[in-house]
Amino acid sequence: MNIVVCAKQVVDVGEIKVNPSSGKPMLEGIPKKISDIDKNACEEAIKVREKVGGKVTVLTVGTPDAKERMKELLAMGADNGVLVTVPDKADHLVTSTLISKAIQKMGGADLIICAEASIDQFSGQIGPRVAGLLNIPQLTYCYKVTAEPQKLTAERNLGDRLVTSESSYPVLVTVTKEVNQPRLPSLMQILGSAKKPIEVWGTSDIGAADLKPGIETIDIKGVAMSRKNIVFKDDLDESVSKLADSLSKEGLLG
Amino acid sequence: MFFELSEQQTMIRNMVRELAEKEIAPKAAELDRNEEFPDEAIKRLAELGILGAIIPEKYGGPGLDTVTYAMMIMEISRACASTGVVTSVHNSLCSWPIMYYGSEEQKDKYLPILARGDRIGAFAATEPDAGSDLGSLSTVAELNGDNYIINGTKTFITSGPRAGIVIVFAVTDRSKGTKGISAFIVESSYKGYKVGSIFEKIGIHASLTSELIFEDMPVPKENLLGKEGDGFKIAMATLDGGRIGIASQAVGIAQAALEESIKYSQARHQFGKPISSFQAIQWMLAEMATKIDAARLLTYQAAIRKDQGARISKEAAMAKLYASETAVEATNNAIQIHGGYGYTREYPVERLYRDARITTIYEGTSEVQKMVIASSLLR
Repeated sequence: MNIVVCAKQVVDVGEIKVNPSSGKPMLEGIPKKISDIDKNACEEAIKVREKVGGKVTVLTVGTPDAKERMKELLAMGADNGVLVTVPDKADHLVTSTLISKAIQKMGGADLIICAEASIDQFSGQIGPRVAGLLNIPQLTYCYKVTAEPQKLTAERNLGDRLVTSESSYPVLVTVTKEVNQPRLPSLMQILGSAKKPIEVWGTSDIGAADLKPGIETIDIKGVAMSRKNIVFKDDLDESVSKLADSLSKEGLLG
Repeated sequence: MFFELSEQQTMIRNMVRELAEKEIAPKAAELDRNEEFPDEAIKRLAELGILGAIIPEKYGGPGLDTVTYAMMIMEISRACASTGVVTSVHNSLCSWPIMYYGSEEQKDKYLPILARGDRIGAFAATEPDAGSDLGSLSTVAELNGDNYIINGTKTFITSGPRAGIVIVFAVTDRSKGTKGISAFIVESSYKGYKVGSIFEKIGIHASLTSELIFEDMPVPKENLLGKEGDGFKIAMATLDGGRIGIASQAVGIAQAALEESIKYSQARHQFGKPISSFQAIQWMLAEMATKIDAARLLTYQAAIRKDQGARISKEAAMAKLYASETAVEATNNAIQIHGGYGYTREYPVERLYRDARITTIYEGTSEVQKMVIASSLLR
């Protein structure tokens, strides 16, 4: 089975600080890493391969330095990598088109596993868009995946309900972080990852040289959340009713 | 010059840090309190190849360089100093002398076992009446047919109760002084091998430390490490490497103390502001951070020199001296910064303080390190 894992290099969002005067996130010097849930996607791909056999390819659209991060997934057990160098301006349309064209160039995939979303933008668009562009079924928000040679069954958390879905191959699956616990690579696997191949493809290699984004990003700003700092200090009963009044005025008590 | 980790070292550091933070640190306080060996952590370290870190690929290890190895001991010790020393002794004091002085047969037989972590490694030189003065060992080994018969008592043996393979030093020819000491690879399954008293210590509670008693213990003569009389030389060279391990352990403990102190001083408010805004606290943090960085650099310097094949007695002694004294000072200050809470088990700094204390003593006291440094200066 040919399995493709989509993975993104992101800045470590836990380290980002927002410039208090401009409101812009300060990204300089922030370490980069593989988006957390992509590791769950990779773990799931490796588990499927361990069960039904096949090959796991890590596919990343990113800057050239993403190659080093991709090695983390190769160390976990993925077999090889493809890095599509990202154009200067890329939105979800561009990225998902590049992914789908890269998969076509690979000769297609039986199973594509994406994270439900990346930890930096968390749009959750890439998986569904790629499935749409490739015209294959998609099973989103999977917290349990059972792959068999002929079909895949997934338990999915759709927010208001849990559903179980089944699909034949090819299929695209997006996973939540509950799906598994990504393994730590051993020292031998880390050293071995240096020998695993990562191909680098430009946009022209996959017939997507003149791709244009559909969205123009004007600015990125951090959202400031300030507290109201209202303290009720009177006796308990009075405070409780004042708090309830206040919350009700805010429309927070239904 | 070395100031940045390579991509591969960064990957290894991230892996070991994740393991240490998620799996080792959460259990450190409980293992300390129960004086319980970190079996689970050691099993994981074995699975991930860390227990055999320095063992060459040919014998089933990843064959890592000493810098990466030192960095790993720092990360592990930042989470649990006991697990750190068990790992350090297994690698530096047991695997390394076999790698360096062992015959091909000895390497083939023992290194894969140590790389897999099937047996825990230990090092038995110290005796009740012979610590820094290795020349006065009383354990004796007498050749009798195909075996050496070893008699004697070793003390303060890290991992003693759990060790499966031990490098044992014994006198084979009393008339030759230090040149009459020999080293042996001893298996805990040998007849006459006994674990004696387990010590109750101030710190590193989870690393069990005991006596080892040998009573007419036959050791196959092919388990002599090097030649007869090589023991003193093997012990000294092994301890040079071991000191890099202990310096790394000390850096890890001190780093944990600094991080705890930064966190606490920013959260603790007195006189209407966080105590980190007071210069008295700031100066302590600044001094801790500076000394820890200096200790780390001295440790890496010794590690780099070792990888270059240089003689590192002086560099290793300097790293061990400075890192261990820094760990004692940093953990002491960490308690001061935590005030009354620092004196309780509610915060981890009391454990760090107790764990740090041994680092200026074992694998050569600070005074012995100064002797080593001075003798190299005055040669």
